[in-house]
Amino acid sequence: MLSRTADHLYWMARYIERAENMARVLDVTYNMSLVPNAAESEAALWVTALEISGNVEAYERDYFKYEDDEYTAAGVIHYLAMDSNNPSSIYNSLRSARENAHAVRVTMTSETWENINSLWLEFSQFIDQDLAKTGLREFCDWVKARSHLFRGVCFGTMLRDDAFSFVRLGTFIERADNTARLLDVKYHLLLPEQEEIGGAVDYYEWSAILRSVSAFQAYQKIYSDTIEPWRVAELLVLRRDMPRSLHACFDEITLILEQLSGARQTECKRLAGELHAKLRFGKMRSIFQHGLHEFLEDFVQANNKLGTEIHKTFFSIVAS
Amino acid sequence: MKNSAIAFFDEMQINSASGDEAGVREIYAAYKHWLKGVPHHQLNSKRQEAELLFRRVGITFNVYGDDDGAERLIPFDIVPRILAAKEWAKLSAGAIQRVRALNMFLHDIYHKQDIIQAGLVPASVLGNSQYRPEMFGVDVPNQIYAHIAGIDLVRTSESQFYVLEDNLRTPSGVSYMLEDRKMMMRLFPELFRRYSIAPVDHYPQVLLKNLRAVAQAGVHEPTVVVLTPGAYNSAYFEHAFLAQQMGVELVEGSDLFVRNNAVYMRTTEGPQRVDVIYRRIDDDYLDPLVFNADSMLGVPGLLSVYRDGGVTLANAVGTGVADDKATYIHVPAMIKFYLGEEPLLENVPTYELSKADDLAYTLAHLAELVVKEVQGSGGYGMLVGPAASKKELADFKERIIANPANYIAQPTLALSTCPTLVEQGIAPRHVDLRPFVLSGKTVSLVPGALCRVAMKEGSLVVNSSQGGGTKDTWVLQEAAGEAMHSASPTDATQEVSTC
Repeated sequence: MLSRTADHLYWMARYIERAENMARVLDVTYNMSLVPNAAESEAALWVTALEISGNVEAYERDYFKYEDDEYTAAGVIHYLAMDSNNPSSIYNSLRSARENAHAVRVTMTSETWENINSLWLEFSQFIDQDLAKTGLREFCDWVKARSHLFRGVCFGTMLRDDAFSFVRLGTFIERADNTARLLDVKYHLLLPEQEEIGGAVDYYEWSAILRSVSAFQAYQKIYSDTIEPWRVAELLVLRRDMPRSLHACFDEITLILEQLSGARQTECKRLAGELHAKLRFGKMRSIFQHGLHEFLEDFVQANNKLGTEIHKTFFSIVAS
Repeated sequence: MKNSAIAFFDEMQINSASGDEAGVREIYAAYKHWLKGVPHHQLNSKRQEAELLFRRVGITFNVYGDDDGAERLIPFDIVPRILAAKEWAKLSAGAIQRVRALNMFLHDIYHKQDIIQAGLVPASVLGNSQYRPEMFGVDVPNQIYAHIAGIDLVRTSESQFYVLEDNLRTPSGVSYMLEDRKMMMRLFPELFRRYSIAPVDHYPQVLLKNLRAVAQAGVHEPTVVVLTPGAYNSAYFEHAFLAQQMGVELVEGSDLFVRNNAVYMRTTEGPQRVDVIYRRIDDDYLDPLVFNADSMLGVPGLLSVYRDGGVTLANAVGTGVADDKATYIHVPAMIKFYLGEEPLLENVPTYELSKADDLAYTLAHLAELVVKEVQGSGGYGMLVGPAASKKELADFKERIIANPANYIAQPTLALSTCPTLVEQGIAPRHVDLRPFVLSGKTVSLVPGALCRVAMKEGSLVVNSSQGGGTKDTWVLQEAAGEAMHSASPTDATQEVSTC
């Protein structure tokens, strides 16, 4: 297929996934704000939402006018959901998804295209709403539901060809990135050194993380036990049966890259295989010994590098 | 603008003033009967449903120089234009004849130029800005230049049709013919059950077959692509639609490159050879090495491969010389010269303002005439005399005098009207018709056309860039009047939208 087409499809899927993950972060943070004493302050709680997406500095630049300005729920929600100046806001992610889709609508089934087009048309109903006051839950639910619908319509209608593979590839590269960031930031914040674990607030915090990746029920089913941080990490990093875990993402990514590369020996295939092996044969204990934070940081970097290699191999074919 | 002095031919009801069944043309009798039984609000809700669906599917049109409406819908009218099988047979035969002659003219003008030798077309045609010297002596497969031709037709009476112009460069609008039909079938299935309406959906298949037929000799499984200027082009929807319907790649200039005298596209598996390019980019932007050097849309080196027969372009380079309004005048002569036949369709009587007599007449009768730029299109740069103010007439007069050869003039035609759903209900609006003639192995057209309608009362300008809308065109396969009478108006209410 055309390199440009593959590029658009890949990014369309990434942007949809990105919007969904952002909605999950907002949703969970908002829920936490309803738990008394969950955080020291409103600012301390909402700044974590910015940290996950790596937006703290940009937010301060755009939203802090006076010396004593603080992170507020209303400000962060607007910034992450609707701000057209924030490249990773839900607004911009969905808009980019739609633009990418528009550029290659031919390659999609008409159902897939109409789904994304109507998503964008429906989005306008939220634009003038004050999400921080009312309707944030509905908004986040809507974004998640539209993302589910997008995956469903791709799965249910698209031919199993390269176009489909690039859509899936984009989804999982983005998802792996998001899960790793989420876990890293939360883990960092929730587990300062020598802190006692097991209080009520902890329970809510950890269950919130699990819920943000739709893993709460899975956790209970698998462990049938109290929520332990190291198990949460295991679930989201190493369990291959957990659909948003890093391992599950790389099961898909390696398979897709095998198919797309065919007989070619590509650097992206090798890199994905290397990462996959770490997740497949890694042990939580040794990851913790070397530091979960370091592990996740390395992972996010390697995943980024993989994205670059995918570009080199498939999207930028040089003329001669 | 109103032309109340002129009696227009209405295609549904000849004597519309009487308002009753008297004077309803037979072909519309059954439809009119059905329409009478459908309440206005129901028609309105059907129209709204159509708008919603078009918006969702993204059947939109970008209008140049319009910031707020980056993507606009073309108004769609839910009242069909109906043509009898006999009427269609005459129009389609005439259109095919015309396109055959035009293709022969193009081959001739880029080779031996017999028609100039014969004195039927002036040698000045070679100085036309649309004449491409680069094409001289170049052989194209099957000697087909205009693979896709849109022939604009207007009607002025029961039996009189005129060819308004030929579109041989990158004619657009066929996606509306197809989407309007899909929409009508969705909104009014009961009418399709009872009327025997010739299907048009196979257009993309016919197009693909013809495009494959004009690949270079020796290529058995030619790769066909559609070349678009990109997602911001006004007709992008159509480019995407046709590529999808044919199952071929939709490419932009940057997806293609030239190597070893062949054209390739960049794919995820490496370069892939391209054999036929259905290009929706004007000549000027095709190849920055030959034409407009600033073009970012084209493919450097494309023309040199094309001239050597390494790739086929549809339409060919240089077709503009044949659909130019100055050449238009000579088409009837071409038909006689190349085919030895009498033209089946008439030209609109046309004054060439490069001729002193015609110029004098035109200047004296400006208020009655329509004046067009020779190379204008899209309804831009034209004067409709009866509708123009005194100042507009005076201004235009100056422009004509400054450069008479740039203009032609035609009598203001009493364009036929079709019933159309507007705010106040059903009212007559002016229409034209653009069937699409396909050439490759054979010359043919599907039984249907783009019907454009001027939505404003009295307006004669149907271009979508000027607020015109579209209608579905029904070619009836047989006189089906009787069957239609049994379609009861209540049927319309049974159709529930599933959107």
